[in-house]
Amino acid sequence: MSQGHVTIDGEEIPFEPGQTLMEAAAAAGIYIPRLCHHPEFVPHGSCKLCTVDINGRHAAACTTPATDRQRVQNDTPELNDLRRALIQMLFVEGNHICPACEKSGNCQLQALGYRLAMLSPHYNHLFPRREVDASHPDVLLDRNRCIFCELCVRASRDVDGKHVFGLSGRGIHTHLIVNAASGKLGDTDLAVTDKAVTVCPVGAILKKRQGFAVPIGHRLYDRQPIGAADARGGRKNKEGDHG
Amino acid sequence: MVDAGGGGTADQVRSAVQRYHADPAYLVQILHVVQDRQGFISREAIGLVAEALDIPRARVSGVRDFYSFLHGHALGGYEILFSDNITDHFLGKEALLQRLCEKLWLEPGKLSEDGRVRVGSASCIGLSDQGPAALVNGVPLTCLTTERIDAIAGWVREGKPLAEWPPDYFSIDDNIQRGDWLLSGAWTAGRALDAAIHRGGEAALAMIDQSGLRGRGGAGFKTSMKWLFCRDAEGEARCVVCNADEGEPGTFKDRVLLRRHAEKVFEGMAVCARVIGARRGFLYLRAEYRYLLPQLEETLMDLRRRGFLGEHILGAADFHFDIEIHLGAGAYICGEESALIESLEGKRGVPRNRPPFPVSHGYLGQPTVVNNVETFAAAAKIVADGDGAFAALGTPQSSGTKLLSICGDCERPGIYEYPYGVAIRQILDDCGARDTYAVQVGGPSGTIIGVEEFDRRVSFEDLPTGGSFMVFGQGRDLFEVARNFTAFFAHESCGFCTPCRVGTTLMKKGMDKIAAGNGTAVDLAELEKLGRLTHVASHCGLGQTAANPVLVTLEKFRGDFDRRLKTKEFEPAFDLDGALEAARKITGRDDAAAHLGARK
Repeated sequence: MSQGHVTIDGEEIPFEPGQTLMEAAAAAGIYIPRLCHHPEFVPHGSCKLCTVDINGRHAAACTTPATDRQRVQNDTPELNDLRRALIQMLFVEGNHICPACEKSGNCQLQALGYRLAMLSPHYNHLFPRREVDASHPDVLLDRNRCIFCELCVRASRDVDGKHVFGLSGRGIHTHLIVNAASGKLGDTDLAVTDKAVTVCPVGAILKKRQGFAVPIGHRLYDRQPIGAADARGGRKNKEGDHG
Repeated sequence: MVDAGGGGTADQVRSAVQRYHADPAYLVQILHVVQDRQGFISREAIGLVAEALDIPRARVSGVRDFYSFLHGHALGGYEILFSDNITDHFLGKEALLQRLCEKLWLEPGKLSEDGRVRVGSASCIGLSDQGPAALVNGVPLTCLTTERIDAIAGWVREGKPLAEWPPDYFSIDDNIQRGDWLLSGAWTAGRALDAAIHRGGEAALAMIDQSGLRGRGGAGFKTSMKWLFCRDAEGEARCVVCNADEGEPGTFKDRVLLRRHAEKVFEGMAVCARVIGARRGFLYLRAEYRYLLPQLEETLMDLRRRGFLGEHILGAADFHFDIEIHLGAGAYICGEESALIESLEGKRGVPRNRPPFPVSHGYLGQPTVVNNVETFAAAAKIVADGDGAFAALGTPQSSGTKLLSICGDCERPGIYEYPYGVAIRQILDDCGARDTYAVQVGGPSGTIIGVEEFDRRVSFEDLPTGGSFMVFGQGRDLFEVARNFTAFFAHESCGFCTPCRVGTTLMKKGMDKIAAGNGTAVDLAELEKLGRLTHVASHCGLGQTAANPVLVTLEKFRGDFDRRLKTKEFEPAFDLDGALEAARKITGRDDAAAHLGARK
């Protein structure tokens, strides 16, 4: 049963009771950029890529409940500028070397960089020292690429029932830790079949020995831009809005 | 710093966990106890705590490493932290810190080679009226001078116990300069409770409503509405929380309220409990105020003895309520009510997504009222004395009085209680501020005003403030003020959302670049852009206000920024000669040929 309607970029769409704006948009085939959001998990609201304008105020679409007659701006030059700046922030706070990363082409951070027409990192790189953990027989943890979306934290806790991952530190010193006295992934009960291993939107958690199974140029976002699969029902794909 | 209690790590962890009934919600408290006994929280202790509480060890270490006052490495016998507020700086904090470090052969922030002492900085410790101030092993040192620093260096070298240092080094003045409705007049404990019991919770709520009381933390939500929403929310149990995490730099009014008017604060909480039907209450006390703990515990014991807390309060058959004190651990973000609740639940102090709000889903999911210390004190007095006197004070939208913590360039810093609507000019006259250049109202997250705005008034409709009021005289550099505040926010950002986590750090770096003499107009434009982004996209109030110092100071006092620029043209600038410094260090050269251009 439909409860009401919201307007996104002038298009009126229905929503079900209890839906967030992100869910209502997804159901209507409207893509809102995102990194920390995953439809199978409780909304998190940390990356802020899904920031939209609701009746003149900015808010994250993934955590905002849809209410009747909200007027939402989503795909506008101003909001895409903001999102590009957030992507640039994520790039400079970590160490993202796309050409050397196995995730390249399947990476949501990289794909959003392309979609939002990011031409440079813009800000000065922070070049943090972050630990690479290759102690696990089947899984590689490269913290240089972590964006703190906590999807692995949530997947391990809520799906795998294991609590392998957690965040530690504060502010810019926030970092991903694993649940072992040694601090090593190899000493946790993580299995390569865990949801936590596949849910990472970037290349921080990778399965070992699977390098280049699909060649660069033929990967997910090489074939179509991120968000294209979400936009359906004959909607024009608006990727590459250069704001 | 380390308790002399016996037993190994396992015994000490076990007793700490047992003291809190192995309840993971007490994780922060348990870690405090472990640290008190062992000096720090070791990897071994993390594992033992996790096991005893049956929670992942990653959660325990994630909590330990979130809070500034919990440590994973051994500290020295003396841990000396200088308050880092800008008013401490203007009183010579940095020179004093350097002097102490030199006398002790130390690098700031690093443990001495003999492992005995560390000297560093901490975000404002709530003593800006008697700075420069510092905490030594959690105990405040006030009114520091070079003479005092020299003496302290000597005692530290000798290993003299704190108990043998002269008491006047630790003396704290309440500095109440102007009392009004809340601070003046006698107070008899129990009158508010008596009214709430005999006239009923509904009548008490009506009085709070009639008084027009709004939250004193700064946001100004109507107190009666908050209590009403909480009372009417669905839930088995309810909870009352007093926010004594007074972390806004420059504020210290809660320190004074808790020292002088704790009974009033606790009674206000009990009245709230009566109205909403709560059995449990918490006072969330910032770690920087830990020295108030014994006195507050004593007050609670006394109130219990007199029947104002506990079972059957004042003989009422159906009224049971008690208060626990929960110690924070050094995180400004925990002043945000949902982060405070996370911390109360033994977690990292990360603000929650809202809705739902704490009034319906707060502590452990229970409907929860979180109010400021001053709000509860006012609530108690309103219910005890009636709402009339309170409502008659102030302005139509801001009734009653407000406590201001005044510090900076004035003759009489301290606590000033004014009816709302008082003009800035009046306040400056009263505190003996002459030749004032600017006033920071509401702390770094508030705003800064110049002379042309001194007729504005302290009120929710004009200049709202949680109580911080910093005066800057002529000659003060507002760029340095903004830079200090920007660094504060970068240090205190919880790190949850991208714009605040990265934006505050990038702003800090931008300000440092300008301070180093390498800024140009490009950097100002970039700071403004970053500030706007952080303001609109951040998750909570911290990030949304973190850019205020940069944005407002740029808007009103641009000259203070321009003065620091290398060029006002839009061209990038960097220090070519400075870039050679590393090469000079490696080669050991410092001759003229090893430098580019004119040496500064």
